[in-house]
Amino acid sequence: MYYDPFRRGEEDEEEEEERRKKMRDMIRAIRACKTAAEERAVVRKECAAIRSAISENDQDYRHRNIAKLMFIHMLGYPTHFGQMECLKLIASAGFPEKRIGYLGLMLLLDERQEVLMLVTNSLKQDLNHTNQYIVGLALCALGNICSAEMASDLAPEVERLLLNKDPNIKKKAALCSIRIIRKVPDLAENFLSPAASLLKEKHHGVLIAGIQLCTDLCKVSADANKHLRKNCTEGLIRILKDVSNSSYAPEYDIAGITDPFLHIRVLRLMRMLGQGDADTSEYMNDILAQIASKTESNKNAGNAILYECVETIMGIEATSGLRVLAINILGRFLSNRDNNIRYVALNMLMKAIAVDSQAVQRHRTTILECVKDSDASIRKRALELVFLLVNDTNAKPLTKELIDYLEVSDQDFKGDLTAKICSIIEKFSQEKKWYIDQMLKVLSLAGSYVKDDVWHALIVAISNAPDLQGYSVRSLYKAFQTSFEQVSLVRVVVWCIGEYGEMLVGNVGVLEVEEPLTVTESDTVDVLEACLTGHSADITTRSMSLIALLKLSSRFPPTSERIKEIITVHKGSIVLELQQRAIEFNSIIQRHDNIKSSLVERMPVLDESAYMVKKANSSQENIVAVKSSQMSLAGTSVTLPNGVAKPPAAPLVDLLDLSSDDTLVPTSTSKDFLHDLLGIDLTNSSSSGIAPSGGTDILMDLLSIGTPVQSDISPETVSSNQGFAPTTKPTPTTVQVLDLLDVLPSNGSVAGDQSPLYPSITAFQSSTLKIMFSFKKHPEKPQVTEIHATFMNLSSDAYTDFVFQAAVPKFIQLHLDPASSNHLLANSNGTITQTVTVTNSQHGQKPLAMRIRMVYKVDNQEKLEQGQINNFPPGL
Amino acid sequence: MIHFVLLISRQGKVRLTKWYSTYSQKERTKVIRELSGLILARGPKLSNFIEWRGYKVVYRRYASLYFCMCIDADDNELEILEIIHHFVEILDRYFGSVCELDLIFNFHKAYYILDEILIAGELQESSKKTVARLIAAQDSLVEAAKEQASSVSNMIAQCVAAHCRPLLDNRVEERGCS
Repeated sequence: MYYDPFRRGEEDEEEEEERRKKMRDMIRAIRACKTAAEERAVVRKECAAIRSAISENDQDYRHRNIAKLMFIHMLGYPTHFGQMECLKLIASAGFPEKRIGYLGLMLLLDERQEVLMLVTNSLKQDLNHTNQYIVGLALCALGNICSAEMASDLAPEVERLLLNKDPNIKKKAALCSIRIIRKVPDLAENFLSPAASLLKEKHHGVLIAGIQLCTDLCKVSADANKHLRKNCTEGLIRILKDVSNSSYAPEYDIAGITDPFLHIRVLRLMRMLGQGDADTSEYMNDILAQIASKTESNKNAGNAILYECVETIMGIEATSGLRVLAINILGRFLSNRDNNIRYVALNMLMKAIAVDSQAVQRHRTTILECVKDSDASIRKRALELVFLLVNDTNAKPLTKELIDYLEVSDQDFKGDLTAKICSIIEKFSQEKKWYIDQMLKVLSLAGSYVKDDVWHALIVAISNAPDLQGYSVRSLYKAFQTSFEQVSLVRVVVWCIGEYGEMLVGNVGVLEVEEPLTVTESDTVDVLEACLTGHSADITTRSMSLIALLKLSSRFPPTSERIKEIITVHKGSIVLELQQRAIEFNSIIQRHDNIKSSLVERMPVLDESAYMVKKANSSQENIVAVKSSQMSLAGTSVTLPNGVAKPPAAPLVDLLDLSSDDTLVPTSTSKDFLHDLLGIDLTNSSSSGIAPSGGTDILMDLLSIGTPVQSDISPETVSSNQGFAPTTKPTPTTVQVLDLLDVLPSNGSVAGDQSPLYPSITAFQSSTLKIMFSFKKHPEKPQVTEIHATFMNLSSDAYTDFVFQAAVPKFIQLHLDPASSNHLLANSNGTITQTVTVTNSQHGQKPLAMRIRMVYKVDNQEKLEQGQINNFPPGL
Repeated sequence: MIHFVLLISRQGKVRLTKWYSTYSQKERTKVIRELSGLILARGPKLSNFIEWRGYKVVYRRYASLYFCMCIDADDNELEILEIIHHFVEILDRYFGSVCELDLIFNFHKAYYILDEILIAGELQESSKKTVARLIAAQDSLVEAAKEQASSVSNMIAQCVAAHCRPLLDNRVEERGCS
C-alpha cells in the first residue's frame, strides 16, 4: 500500500484524511465509541468517504476500502455499494488485490445477488491462472458462494483441476466440486471417476476432501454409490487401517490419535457404502470392530471417532456381535460425566431403538434421569427417547416418574413434557380410572400447558364412563381447590359441575378408595362464580361457567335465585359473548321455566369414536358450512385412547359440526341430535355444548333463534350459516319455534329455461320422499354449479315444517337459498323447490359429493330422513 | 455440512461470520441475534450443543469468545468441537497466543485462515502445519507485491525528482517529495 502525493491535493483536507486513515485507525475509532449513536456517526462518515472514493474510481485505496467495508458489514451496516469494487479488485492483476477482492466477494455478497454473475468470467480466468494461490482463491470463492448457474458454467474447469498435481489445488477443487454437485446434482457423474482417483492419494488434505466428495456423490446418485462400493471399499478400509495403526505423527496428532478427522470421514463414507449391502458390510466388520474396541475414549477426539463408528455399525448390515459392541459403547457414553457425551449417546440411542430396542430398554433408568438434567438439549433428547421406550408394561411407572418430575421442572420445559405425558397417557391407558386420575394430575400440575384436544378428550371419556362420573367430578372439585389457576383444569371442572353437579353434592357412585367429601349446593355455585368472575379466566371459561350455572339453576332449585342474580350481573358485561349469553339465559330463567328443565338436561353421552376420528381429521379438514366426515370409517371399529373399542357411530353424526376445535358435538343415541343445535325441537334439546369461542359460536347463535327471545339479539351472526339470512323479525313469545322458518322469504326460484348441460338426477328416494336435482352451470365459472332441488312427498300425509339441509366436503363451498315453501302436500301434489349453489374448488379433480337430511313433521310428529348423494353427473 | 460459522464475543459483538448456506442479509442478522441470545445465556456446565430450527449449533467458549458452528442434525457434533479447536490452534500459532483483539484488528487474516480450513462447509485440511505454510506463502506474496509497489513508487518519485528539480526547484521540496 503506498501513497502517491502527486496524485491528489485538491480535495478538501478532512475527507482526504478520512480516506488515508488506515483500517486499524478506523477500527480503533469505532471501538472508542461509547454509544450506538456515536458509532453510527463514525460509520456514516467512513461510508461517505468510501462512497466518494468509489465514485472517483480511486484505485490506490480500493482494497483498503473494501477491508474497511468488511468490518462495517460485520457490524451490521449496509455495504452493498461496495460490491462492484470487489469485482474490480478481483479483475486486477496482483495477488494482494485479488485476495482481498475474493474475501470481499464472499463476505459482502450471497449467491442470490445478480452482481455475482458478473464475476464468472474473472473466476474462469483465475481458475486457469499459473499461480496456484490465485487458483486457490478462485476455488475457495467458488466453493463458498457459487450459484447453480455458475456451478454449471465452471464445472469443467473444476473437474480439470481435480487432476492437478498440486495437493493444495486438488483438495480445494474437490470441496468446490461438492458445492457444484449440491447445486446441480446432474453434474455428479462427471465428477465420479476423478473423485474415486482422489482416494488413492497419500496427502491427508486431499484424502479428506476426496472422501467427502465421494460421500456427497453417494448422496445424490445411487449409481455413484454402486460404483464406489465396487471399486473403493477396499481402498477405504486400507486408509482407515493405515491411519488407525500409524505410529505417532505430530502433524496430524490430536490427543494421541492420528488424524481423527480422516477417521471420521472414512467411517462416514463406509456407512454410505455398507448400507443395505451385506457383503460390503461384512468386509468392513474387522476394521470396525478394531476401531470400536481400541479407540481411546478419554478424550473428545477419540469419542468423536467412537460416535461415528457406532453410527456406522448401526447404519450398515453389521453382525450382531458388532452391534452389541456398539450398544455397549453407548451405554458407556450414557454414564459419562461429560454432558456432550451423554447428549450424543441419547441421540444415538434413538437410532438404536430401531435396531435393538431391548438393549436400549436396559438403559431406561439412566435415560429417565437425563430427562431431569439441567441441560435443555439433553432433557429434550431424553424425553423423546423415553417416549419411544414406553410400552404397555412400563407405562404406569414411567408416567408416574414423569408426572412427579412435571411438578419441579423448568417452566419452558413444561410444554414439551406435558404434551409427551398426555400422549403417553392417552396411548397406554388400559383402564378409565387410571386415565382420568393421570389426566387430573397433569391438569392440576400443568393445566395451562395442556392442549385443547387433550382436555376435550378427557371430557368425552368422562361422559362415557357413567360409573366414574361422580368420582371424577369430586376429584375435580378437590383438585380445583388447590389448582384453580390451571386454565384447562378449570374448564373441565366447570363442565363437569354443570353436568354432574348433583353427583358432587349427593355423593353419587362413591368408589371405595374415595375419602368422604361434603359439598353443599351453594359450594358448587361458589366454584362456578369464582370461575366466572376470576381475574384470570378467559372468555371460553367464563362462557362455560355461565352455561354450567344455568344448568345448576334447574338442578338445585334453592340456588336459582342466586344464580339468577349472577347471570343478571353479566347482562351488562362488556364482553359481547358473555352479555349475549347472560341475556339469553336470563330470559330462559324468567320466562320459560316450563321448558327450562328439559332445555338444560344433561348432555347425551358424547360419541367417543366420532370424537377420536374428528381429532385425527381436524388437522386436515376445515369445516365449511357443514362438515362431512367419517364416510370411509363407517363400519370399521376404532380403538379409543382408553383401550375400549367401540363400533363407530352412524355416519353423518357430524353433520352440523361447526367448529373443529372447540365444539363437542352432542351426538346422542336419539336420532335428532341436530335439533338441539338448531333449537327446533325444544322438548328434546340439551343446550350445553362446550362453549366455543369467538366467531364460531354458531351453536349458541342458533339456539338464540330457536328460543323465543327478544329480537335484539344480533341476528347478523346467524346469516353466516346456511342462508337463514333475514331473521330479524321479532318473534312473538308464544309462537311455535318452528315458525321461525316461515319468515324465510319464499323465493320460488324455478329452474331456468336454458337447456341443461347435465342430466337431472334423482338425488334421493325413499318410500315417502323423492328429491330431484337439476343442474345449471355458468360457462365462465366452471367450478360453480347451481342445483335446483325439487322435493316431492310420496306419502299420503302432508308434511309441514319441511327443512332441507346439506353437507359437503371441505373443498366445496355450499350456499342454500331459501326454499319455496315448507309445506309439502301429500301424494306428490305439489313440490318444494330450493336452489343450492355449490362451488367446487377442486373442479376437474374431485367430483361433487353431498350428504343431505330432511326434517319435517307429519301430524306434528317429527320425522327425519337422511342420505348421501354420490350419483352426481361427472364434470361438476 | 457446516452451514455457518460465527464468532461472538461475551458482549454479543460479532467478530467473524461465514455463511456456507444461503441466508439473506435479513436472515443473517436474525440468526445472529437469536443464537447469541441462546448461547450467551447458557451456563458453563451444560453441553456444547443447541438444537435450533432443526439444526444443531455446536459452540465452544475460548476466553471471551464463543466459536459457533451450525451443522445438520445428523452430523457429528463431537467432531465439530475438534474442528473448532483445530481452527483456534491454528489462529493461536499464527498470531502467537491469539486474543480477541488480534481477531478484531486482523479480522481479514482470521478469514484467510478459515478459508484454508473450510470450503463449502466441509473440512479442507487436518494438518495445522500445512495451513500455516499456505498462509505464510500467501502473506509473503502480498509482502513481495507491496515491496515492489513501494520500490516502483520510489523509483517514480526519484525520477520525478531528478527530472523536475531544475524546473520546479523549491516547490517540489515543499511538497515533501524527495
